[in-house]
Amino acid sequence: MANAKLKVGMYWAASCGGCDVALLDIHEKILDVVAVADLVFWPCAMDFKVHHVEAMPDKHIDVCFISGAVRNSENEHMVKLLRRKSKVLCAFGSCAHIGGIPGLANFWDRQSIFQTVYHASPSTENPKGTVPVERFKVAEGELTLPHLYDTVKTLGQTIDVDYFLPGCPPNPDQIAAVIGVIAAGKAPAKGSVVGASERAMCEECPRKKTELKFKSFKRRHLTHPDPEVCFMEQGIVCVGAATRSGCGWRCIGSNMPCRGCYGPLPSVHDQGAKMLSAIAACIDADTPDDVERILDTMPDPAGTFYRFGLPASMLRRRQRGQDGREAR
Amino acid sequence: MSFEPRIVGILCNWCSYTGADLAGTSRMKYAPNVRVVRVMCSGRMDPTLVLKAFQEGADGVLLAGCHIGDCHYISGNLKTLRRIPLLKRVLVELGIEPERLRLEWVSASEGARYQGVVNEFVEQIRSLGPLDLEARRLPATASAS
Repeated sequence: MANAKLKVGMYWAASCGGCDVALLDIHEKILDVVAVADLVFWPCAMDFKVHHVEAMPDKHIDVCFISGAVRNSENEHMVKLLRRKSKVLCAFGSCAHIGGIPGLANFWDRQSIFQTVYHASPSTENPKGTVPVERFKVAEGELTLPHLYDTVKTLGQTIDVDYFLPGCPPNPDQIAAVIGVIAAGKAPAKGSVVGASERAMCEECPRKKTELKFKSFKRRHLTHPDPEVCFMEQGIVCVGAATRSGCGWRCIGSNMPCRGCYGPLPSVHDQGAKMLSAIAACIDADTPDDVERILDTMPDPAGTFYRFGLPASMLRRRQRGQDGREAR
Repeated sequence: MSFEPRIVGILCNWCSYTGADLAGTSRMKYAPNVRVVRVMCSGRMDPTLVLKAFQEGADGVLLAGCHIGDCHYISGNLKTLRRIPLLKRVLVELGIEPERLRLEWVSASEGARYQGVVNEFVEQIRSLGPLDLEARRLPATASAS
């Protein structure tokens, strides 16, 4: 039976490593996984090198999970390589699915990010103005670094993806279930979102809702929300209305509002716009001045509504001004 | 070639579409740049539709509904009154000039007002220039500088 084992790979592109930890968080079920699967590539957890993958014949890996968005030339090279070497390829987690937190970089670009990180941030001490260069000659030869892109892409915008497993990180129970389904050969239709519900967070949320109305936005870390009552009624932005459930309400249960990591519902084209629409309608004001006054209490609306999904949204990124510079 | 703004107009069935109709049947002349979409209520003017219009090449989006207090569905336009200012704030962060989106209240009897709003908005977009999203969007691939 040994050679009938499923060959599984796991890679991280622009990712924090939380997805790799989530895979380990299936706890003793990892033993069930190892019973039916051989891990053939998992650089975060074990010692694999790129040349090991390059040496594999095409379609050698039965199931490859990739976490992380694609934001540099190395990410792109690796995911294209793994696509060639894999039979089934599954986007793992919010970043691979819809761009995730790294996708917030799409409010900026390469140049402005370098400016902040290497020059302008208060904690930066860089009197010589040193910045990373992609090629550098030393006595031993040439050193290279990947090229950072202006725009973060989702995995599906880069390569052909068979399944999308959402979440930041995906719920361990859902991971185990998805691996089980794929191992049993009962794979769903190509392009499906797996390990998540087709219903909205709000629909399944146990919190009490009476009248959705609020006079000002409140920030979660500056308040003590009632754990029984809908966050929106308390003026705290919760994006559960436009977000898929299936996460097990880990945030809601810990008295934290939903931030949208499971991505848009199947019928939603733009998670941020839909959420904006739902939230703004609950503002308790009937004149333009009152509306503006209440909106002034909400910092960074775009970053809030597109916290996880900017690269997968309709506009994908902040647009530049007509002269090619920032519009603002 | 001179720039002719492409504007998507989303008008509510009960007031503004009828107002636009009145402008037409009264033979009022106004700029031909607005392509009108009729929806039942300004409350149906989902921000997704506005983004979709920009994504598909509109240089401006005009939304028009019943005056506050006149909504056929009582509170639909109030929802729009609250949504559009928030959408404009998000547009700023997405790098699209908020002046490209305009919300107006036009009643069924205000054909002349519709004429004025359209002429004014077309001139405003003309002075802003084309949105030209394709040129403004940075390339996503390795060819980016």
